[in-house]
Amino acid sequence: MPDYTLRLRRYDPESGEAPHYEDFQVELDGHRSVLEAILQVRGDQDGSIGVRCSCRAAICGSCGVRTNGKAGLACHTHLEDAAKRSKDGENVIVVEPMGNMPVIKDLIVDMEEVHWKKIRRVTPWLVAKEPVPEREYIVPHEAMVDITQTMACIQCGACVSDCLTMEMDPLFVGPAALAKAYRFVGDPRDAEQEQRLSDLAEDPHGMYDCTHCFQCIEACPKGVAPMSQIMRLRRRAGSDFHIDDRNNGHRHEMAFVKNIRKNGLLHEADLLPDSYGGKFHPRAVPELLSSLPVVLRALKTGKVTVKKALLHEHKASPEIKRIFDTVENREVRIEYNLYISGNEDDLADDPSDVGGEAPAATATVTETVVVEEQIVETETEAVVVEETVIEETVVEETPAPVAEAETDVDAPADSEPTEGDNQ
Amino acid sequence: MKVAYWPGCVSRGFTPELHGSMQAVAPLLDLELIEIDRGSCCGAGVIAEHNQELADTLNARTFALAAETPGELMMNICSTCQGAQSECQERLDASAEYRAEINTTLEAEGLAYEKGLVTNKNFLWLLVEEIGLENLTKKVKRPLTGLKVGPFYGCYIVRPTDRLGINDENPRDTYMEKVIEALGGEVIDYAGVHKCCGFPIITMNKKASLQMAGTHLADATDADADCLVVPCPLCHLNLDLQQPMAAGEIGRDLSMPVLHLPQLVGLALGLEPKELGLQRHVIKPTSVIDWTTAVVGSADGASSGW
Repeated sequence: MPDYTLRLRRYDPESGEAPHYEDFQVELDGHRSVLEAILQVRGDQDGSIGVRCSCRAAICGSCGVRTNGKAGLACHTHLEDAAKRSKDGENVIVVEPMGNMPVIKDLIVDMEEVHWKKIRRVTPWLVAKEPVPEREYIVPHEAMVDITQTMACIQCGACVSDCLTMEMDPLFVGPAALAKAYRFVGDPRDAEQEQRLSDLAEDPHGMYDCTHCFQCIEACPKGVAPMSQIMRLRRRAGSDFHIDDRNNGHRHEMAFVKNIRKNGLLHEADLLPDSYGGKFHPRAVPELLSSLPVVLRALKTGKVTVKKALLHEHKASPEIKRIFDTVENREVRIEYNLYISGNEDDLADDPSDVGGEAPAATATVTETVVVEEQIVETETEAVVVEETVIEETVVEETPAPVAEAETDVDAPADSEPTEGDNQ
Repeated sequence: MKVAYWPGCVSRGFTPELHGSMQAVAPLLDLELIEIDRGSCCGAGVIAEHNQELADTLNARTFALAAETPGELMMNICSTCQGAQSECQERLDASAEYRAEINTTLEAEGLAYEKGLVTNKNFLWLLVEEIGLENLTKKVKRPLTGLKVGPFYGCYIVRPTDRLGINDENPRDTYMEKVIEALGGEVIDYAGVHKCCGFPIITMNKKASLQMAGTHLADATDADADCLVVPCPLCHLNLDLQQPMAAGEIGRDLSMPVLHLPQLVGLALGLEPKELGLQRHVIKPTSVIDWTTAVVGSADGASSGW
């Protein structure tokens, strides 16, 4: 059995000691989880290790940590996979608390201080349309399928931990909360979609503060792809509600699209002023003046010539314009969502896929979810309905639960129930 | 090897030295670049954010044009193109029905995208997977001995790992380190290697954007790097063109030269700094030039041509 070195980041504010790393040796198969290793160490070697966990099956979302630099669920990370990312030598696994949140003790972070505050910031409940129907709301399947991906979130905070914008701008609403916002913006039963979008578009730390770094997509153990949800928020805000935000978000998007339609290739010299609303827009003047040194540097180094800046040598072919016109004039935007519809090869190859079409199966599942939500939400207003109840335990000197009793606890529950025997 | 060459927009716009240096290096690597001259912007994620089908159609068209060339595969020189195009290709390859929809729009031009029509590789991937590191080392005329180079990948070429085919067999998120070593240089590890340059939010949140650039540049400085190397011209804009502003934002003097990948390869393959457009950078690559002069001076006595 391989021997792993678990290098834990220890911090106990009550001890007065500075944070430090401590090595523990564990002997476990590579397919066992990092959480099992931590619990084994806590049980056998040092009962004071602080770690938060509950289900050990990637459902409750409690055991978010960073292993060798990447955030995720400790129970959902195999030791051998974590070890591959080691920069500190063979079979060394550095386990640290998640980033972007204050540390309470060892591997336990203060989720309330950052994550939950931001979740509450986006009004995480359905605002009912008036008048409230006497019986259930009737909603189209497709609309609910569209938001299933965000519903898969288990609030573990891994995306928040690794968000690169939040690293520089702690006020950023962040990937988890924005994904949660789309859960309601995409729900046809919600009465305040436009207000939600306008709020998050106008917030200088809102939907346009995301830098497309894909960290949240990479970190999420449930395939929620928060960044894709943020892009959906932008698409809704800009194209459906024409919200002209003060952060230049929508203007930048439209300036870019116009630029490519006209030139085929990006003409940067036009993009900047257009992103601020045009060369002579009052908002553009101070911005352009502040960018002047940059432009001058570009001219000085010969990166750009005056002629090249004024006249773009590329002009889009009529074919490009035709594609823009065809696609943009559709009454309904066509979107292919891989999370929902999958890859046809995978579907064909997967023998466990009973009776065929995954999209239909997903739709069935969604319907169940909807019904449950309606019941909860009509009875108790303003409650976050899909959250798993999480037990928080700062364990000190308590014997660990016996790890041997578990069989294959690191095997995650699939994000989708398999009982979808379609229609 | 013939490749359908996709230079992207910025390499022909605000970082012309990138396109130029790629053209200068290609013959030394036995690469014949067949430019996809009618292709359009990949959308850089912004067009997909506006309308996914539009981005998918434009890129399907570029792939179809690439397939019309005699190139064995398609090569780009921009992380952002790689990421944005891979994202579209993933959707296009997933469903015959969706492809048919896209092809209806392309039909008028006599173009069509079929599943897996082209393999699209960034120059970095091509160097390792097609040319090969051993082969690359053999072509080195001026090893980068003693030059301390910090890699900066850019987000679009390292995440998401499954979409970009990064796995045990192809550890593409470690290729820059491998290439630097194959060229004889010393790899500098620092906190920002796989982080974001901040460019996508420069018009929306300039402060955070410049803080990102400034922080990574400062980290590389503290790690004692002589220069950074990037496979992405958008990262280059924030790290080089905006470096004086980034320095102001983080309140610290910065003077970190940032090289495009083909420039670094070109230097090792014996090209002169001027042939590679190094004079076009905002941050003068003095440390790199000094190093070139020293090496050339001791090797064959030629001038650096600066």
